[in-house]
Amino acid sequence: MKDRIIEIISKYNGDSTRLMDILHDIQAHAGYIDETTIAFLADKLTLSAAQIKETVSFYHFYSDKPLAKVNIYLNDSVTANMNGRKEVLKAFEDACGIKIGGVTTDGNIGLFSTSCIGMNDQEPAAIINDRVFTRLTAYRAKQIINALKQGQQVQELVVEECGDGNNALPIIDAMVYNNIRRKGALLSHDYPLFAVIKDILPKTSSEEITDIITESNIRGRGGAGFPTGLKWKFGSRAKGEHRIIICNADEGEPGTFKDRVLLTEYPEMVFEGMVTAGYAVGADIGLLYLRYEYKYLLVYLNGILENMRKNNFLGQSIAGIGDFDFDIRIQLGAGAYICGEESALIESLEGKRGEPRDKPPFPVEKGYLNLPTVVNNVETLATVVKIIKNGAAWYNQLGNKDSVGTKLLSISGDCRFPGIYEVEWGLKISDILAMCGANEVQAIQVGGPSGTLLGEKDFDRELSYSDLPTGGSMIVFNKNRDLLSEVVLNFINFFIEESCGTCSTCRNMPYVLRGKLLKVITGRGVKNDIEDMVNWANLLKVSRCGLGQTAANPIVSSIRNFRHLYDALVQKEIEYDSGFSLETSVLESCKAVRRQPLFHHNA
Amino acid sequence: MEKKIIATTSLAGCFGCHMSVLDIDERILELIELVEFNKSPVDDIKTFTKPVDIGIIEGGCCNSENVEVLRSFRKNCKILISLGECAIMGGLPALRNGIPIEECLNEAYINGPTVGLNTQHILPNDDELPMLLDKVYPCHEIVKIDYYLPGCPPSAELIWDALVALITGSKLDLPYEVIKFD
Repeated sequence: MKDRIIEIISKYNGDSTRLMDILHDIQAHAGYIDETTIAFLADKLTLSAAQIKETVSFYHFYSDKPLAKVNIYLNDSVTANMNGRKEVLKAFEDACGIKIGGVTTDGNIGLFSTSCIGMNDQEPAAIINDRVFTRLTAYRAKQIINALKQGQQVQELVVEECGDGNNALPIIDAMVYNNIRRKGALLSHDYPLFAVIKDILPKTSSEEITDIITESNIRGRGGAGFPTGLKWKFGSRAKGEHRIIICNADEGEPGTFKDRVLLTEYPEMVFEGMVTAGYAVGADIGLLYLRYEYKYLLVYLNGILENMRKNNFLGQSIAGIGDFDFDIRIQLGAGAYICGEESALIESLEGKRGEPRDKPPFPVEKGYLNLPTVVNNVETLATVVKIIKNGAAWYNQLGNKDSVGTKLLSISGDCRFPGIYEVEWGLKISDILAMCGANEVQAIQVGGPSGTLLGEKDFDRELSYSDLPTGGSMIVFNKNRDLLSEVVLNFINFFIEESCGTCSTCRNMPYVLRGKLLKVITGRGVKNDIEDMVNWANLLKVSRCGLGQTAANPIVSSIRNFRHLYDALVQKEIEYDSGFSLETSVLESCKAVRRQPLFHHNA
Repeated sequence: MEKKIIATTSLAGCFGCHMSVLDIDERILELIELVEFNKSPVDDIKTFTKPVDIGIIEGGCCNSENVEVLRSFRKNCKILISLGECAIMGGLPALRNGIPIEECLNEAYINGPTVGLNTQHILPNDDELPMLLDKVYPCHEIVKIDYYLPGCPPSAELIWDALVALITGSKLDLPYEVIKFD
């Protein structure tokens, strides 16, 4: 084992900032990362054991205990639950004879829950030994377990069904569907491979490229909407021995899956966008941070990078531009929503826990390894290529005044045609609902759990950075859904699960709010509980990053727009109810000491 | 002015807050001019003998007896004050909240290094004993609490000022240092 670890370490030149890769390799080899391994690693990498343990314990997909030979991670997103996750879970549990979170006694199969894996339009989905299984049913779950018990390999099970487009390529071979429903300026077919690198960059100065992007008025497509041109300008002016371009492909906001589709169908465009950004900013290092859930794309993407190197679209003096050296490495994440926040992503790239940094300094000044770093979303970088090719004026015609261009929407939930829709900014919610075939709509979640839950009175509002900004996640709920127990509770559970724990507000408040929400849902709530939730949620605003600041949004926005649902559940006749039950709260201890609960009701 | 009736109790606390009450020193003579104590460890009255104006609670609730006492305070007192960290947030006893109760009991009565005499490995289960709650609760999660006086313990000054303000109906000045500790 020690020899193998030494081999792995030397594969990464003993670089402790590559800890994520080192841990991935050890986990793949040994199945888990135990104390002895950590101590040995600490010694070899001159890190403390605590530093390594911090990283191992932070991410969903590292384990310090032996896992099973086959590990099933069943997605727990809201749409998975809307599409019958409960039955699938029961089928898995019954067929394996274990409960979720457990491993069969023979150590062959493990069953775990995981946060949204970016398959919202084909739920319920699960990751089984790094392969994605979509549109599961109870029958299929039983079938999978039976096949595994008979000794079939996970890979053989995927063969039974294959997705559309490039998903069917032998090198990807995934049962994932792109579901591209509507194409626009970005997804249109007029994309000659690498024409920008070949024909435009050699004739254009880096300042001119940045100017075109600035004039195009494109803003970051990850959700925050920072002007891309300005970010590049800051990055190019910051001083450092190297400059870094990072492509953020850690899309973890529940309900968004557009980056997966872009990386499946248009990876060349994304990489070309990175090279363009590198040229404009004067960067020489490119990093694409790929969420672990998309690991099935890794070999495919690396193959494309290899081809680009062969054709001099990466490497030294790219496209004959004398002083332009740039290369791209893909870093695999290990399962953590918070790593979509750019400074947490950078920490993760350095092999640490994905905890957001205090800002300033912003990454453009001090980012990866304290070097000037520009972090852009996958969609932004892909769009950059189209803008450089067609010009800023062309791009400015698209969209509406304060939000130009197009946006990829990931639409899922209660609609006939879930999938990817490219639309111009300015589209009305009602148009979106009609487009995706949604009827009897009660609500739509715009921008994922950190966004806002809208009801009918808001359906004539338009998508724009000033009114309804969004990273593209749209989840539709029909009139039969119980918004509070099916949707809001699921979202708040997600935030509790994914908080990095740095800020006490985000570590505690969502938990406290969930308590209040459950109290209301179970009929013990009073009117004051609703007011408390709204007021207490304000405390989260002092959190360090967007996750903490928006963690109460599911509750606050549902109270704002669906107040009647809360009012209908709270007790009208009394002003105060703590929700506490002495009878149930003593059950556990009485069981532990083997006595019957006994109450003196005269107190 | 008619004397206000006060009751106090210590639930899952260390009596430190009560000690802090005594730290008002000779002003206790002034206090006794303003108030009359009813159920309280101060005068050792065990049960409420009349309606009380102000109930002061030290400590959170860790067992069924705490809950019953707290509920009886709510029933018999017009105003309830959570005094100190444990009453307000659960405090030190709440450190057990992250640990399964069976594990806590085994550590305390069977496996702990100082457990020598419990050779039969018995977990306390007599019906006379209060039943442990699944976790330690702050008082406001059991009954409605009207005021909170923070501190571990709250200083004698704070307790004095708060009581005087409450009794005389004047405004309480809570300077930053009093409510901010870290």
